[in-house]
Amino acid sequence: MITLTPKKEFRFPVIAECINPDIFHDKTTKEIEELKIWEGNKQKMLGELFKVEENRTENPQEREAITINGNLNKVRRIGAGMKSGEIIIHGDVGMHLGEEMKGGKITVHGNVGSWAGSMMKSGTIEIHGNVSDYLGAPYRGSIEGMRGGKIVVYGNVGNEAGAYMKNGLIKIYGNAGQFLGLRMRDGTIFVEKDSGGRAGACMKGGKIVVGGFLESVLPTFTIDSIKEKVKIEEGETIAGPFYLFIGDLVENGEGKLYLSKEKNPHLNHYERLL
Amino acid sequence: MELLIRNGFVYDPINGVDGEKMDIAVKDGKIVEKVNERKARKIDAFGMMVMPGGVDIHCHIAGSEVNSGRLLRPEDHFRDFERKTAVTRSGVGYSIPSTFTTGYRYSRMGYTTIMNPSMPPLEAKHTHEELSDTPMVDKASYPLLGDWWFVLEYLKDGKIEECARHVAWIITSTKGYAIKIVNAGGLEAWGFGGNVQSLDDQIPCFCITPREIIRGLCKVNRLLNLPHTIHVHTNNLGKPGNYITALETMKCIEDLATENKPIIHITHCQFSAFKGGDWRTLESGAEEIANYVNAHSHVTLDMGQVIFTDTTTMTADGPFQYTLYELSGNKWVNHDVETETSAGIVPFHYLRKSYVHAIQWSIGLELALLIKDPWKIFLTTDHPNGGPFTSYPRIIAWLMSRKAREATLKKINPRARSRSLLPSINRELSFKEIAIMTRAGQAKALGLKGKGHLGIGADADIAIYNLNPETIDPSKKYRIVRKAFKRAAYTIKNGKIVFKNGEIVKHLDGATMWLDVKVSEPAKISEDMRRRFREYWTVECENYPVTENYLEISQPINVEAKV
Repeated sequence: MITLTPKKEFRFPVIAECINPDIFHDKTTKEIEELKIWEGNKQKMLGELFKVEENRTENPQEREAITINGNLNKVRRIGAGMKSGEIIIHGDVGMHLGEEMKGGKITVHGNVGSWAGSMMKSGTIEIHGNVSDYLGAPYRGSIEGMRGGKIVVYGNVGNEAGAYMKNGLIKIYGNAGQFLGLRMRDGTIFVEKDSGGRAGACMKGGKIVVGGFLESVLPTFTIDSIKEKVKIEEGETIAGPFYLFIGDLVENGEGKLYLSKEKNPHLNHYERLL
Repeated sequence: MELLIRNGFVYDPINGVDGEKMDIAVKDGKIVEKVNERKARKIDAFGMMVMPGGVDIHCHIAGSEVNSGRLLRPEDHFRDFERKTAVTRSGVGYSIPSTFTTGYRYSRMGYTTIMNPSMPPLEAKHTHEELSDTPMVDKASYPLLGDWWFVLEYLKDGKIEECARHVAWIITSTKGYAIKIVNAGGLEAWGFGGNVQSLDDQIPCFCITPREIIRGLCKVNRLLNLPHTIHVHTNNLGKPGNYITALETMKCIEDLATENKPIIHITHCQFSAFKGGDWRTLESGAEEIANYVNAHSHVTLDMGQVIFTDTTTMTADGPFQYTLYELSGNKWVNHDVETETSAGIVPFHYLRKSYVHAIQWSIGLELALLIKDPWKIFLTTDHPNGGPFTSYPRIIAWLMSRKAREATLKKINPRARSRSLLPSINRELSFKEIAIMTRAGQAKALGLKGKGHLGIGADADIAIYNLNPETIDPSKKYRIVRKAFKRAAYTIKNGKIVFKNGEIVKHLDGATMWLDVKVSEPAKISEDMRRRFREYWTVECENYPVTENYLEISQPINVEAKV
């Protein structure tokens, strides 16, 4: 197991895509210290910014793991493109965590910046804290959203979570910001608590489940029925009842928006349309 | 500075040199008979191929349209970036690279002259500012005149000579190089939400048809003695069944041809060679077009090859771009350049598994292989519409190797594969034919006297590729050919080595070529014209022309007109 500890409080953005179990794999501590890393506009070595310690264990799974302790909120692109292994972070992390991730697992005990799990294809990200905007959303302008994998957040998330999502699962146990699942095509987003406005704007497919309060449903959604329960993933079903809305009709969409009936009494006027 | 390139296999089709081992001497930026052997810097090109610097007749690299494309597509930039080096600037972009990077990437492939094919006259200043920032290559731009109000009016009244004088004025004042016609009349109709469906449709408000515009401007082109022919993007581009329109466009000026000289260039012909009633029954019309071109000598074409990649389509053809937007559902820019023309931009991903895209891929190659004379068809992708220019080496490999084509055919949509003509074509182009299609032919069609050849007095724009034609069989080892054309061993511009060992070693600003058309009696800027500029344009007539100090390095070409 490799443990990294920042040697100082970073003032400039650090682009750390080299912190990746696939790259660390089969490298000695010295080789890891010599990996290239950008701090602001200067290229440095990993060993100059982080203290690298190796704890030898025989368990092959643990050997692949990277643990980082400390404040990393200026450190970007940790675990970008990783295919296997595990990263455990105790502290806050900056933007683009696990961007284009293809496998493995990232666990964060702290808060995370924007674009976490951006464009991810597979693997798992678990965040025990809050997340900023664009969770699982693609890079600006791109339509290649999340293709697979799973993101679990135990705190709140910002705006545009799951934008352009094509597959996979996002579970949020806190509140979500505005434009949840913007332009999503497929996949599932579950929010246990409240959601900001305009949930599911321009969605074409997929499923959004809001267990809490949503101020209003977009006028381009139409009510379909009331469901007693809804399936989130294999083996997990949430009991309702839920209002089921279909939309976004502006895009000829067939996305499903489930809203808790109990938490949204202001939407009961839709019932007479059933 | 003197330079001597020794022992290379020289391909110079204009001067009839086909892979002969010889030395090329360069002095003060020109090719000369010989240089002082002791003083000159020597390049040992033993076992390498020496060609004139590449010429690209049609690539959208500068101007407001390209720039809007850059703004529209941040996702095109973040994966593809180049760091600065001691001599080069940094830059970003895959399908629409930033200006400096465009220049460097062309130079890397051994290209030294490129033509920016669509410049709305109003945006000429912007275009020239960007062209000035595109280093390493000489360049020029074609103003869009097929929907220019004054041209339409003159042609309606049958005033060809007045029209010619006016075109001379607009070409000289926008610092342009050739007459570009995009969807003649269709762009004016697009201003009213319409389009023209055939060569004989009336254009709203002008009582004139696309046929009359194309014929009229073709006559104007001849009266003005312009070095290039009219450069035509056909009507109905990108619609199934449009090969008939392309054929009609070529036929409609057949009677104007003289001395077997080309008088029309049909650009990105692949997009105009669709047969079939709709997208489901789309087929290749390449055979019909190739048969016509093989039998006539008044036409030149360029391929507009499609590459299976994520690219950005941009043309002045607003209605066509709207169709693309509806097909793809992607983001879309629609732009109306005041009274002059329109423009559209849509990001587009060509997929191997899509029937239509695979047929398009096939059409481009079929055209290039079925047209027997390489002087009539040139290699382009209509950058970035069919794919970025960086994929030219890939096309060269497809053209030179049946095996390379079969390797790609295996991966494409099976229905498209069964309809493709490619399996029945055995032709594999030689290095000489590639040299014609990528440089000599293009330079000849453009009327560039000093480019595209290595004769005495030519500009010393030279590309050296690390390929030995005696030992390599391009039809089998197409990967090596592709690699060699991707990265020249040396690129020499104006007699200076600018690219070597995979790196730009010298930053060099290329010239902007433009036509200084001399007419016996210059066009009058009438009070009526001034009034219209004041009423309909955001720019006053006086501020309209691009002055020469706008160009970083200005290279006027004098043209004596017949009017």
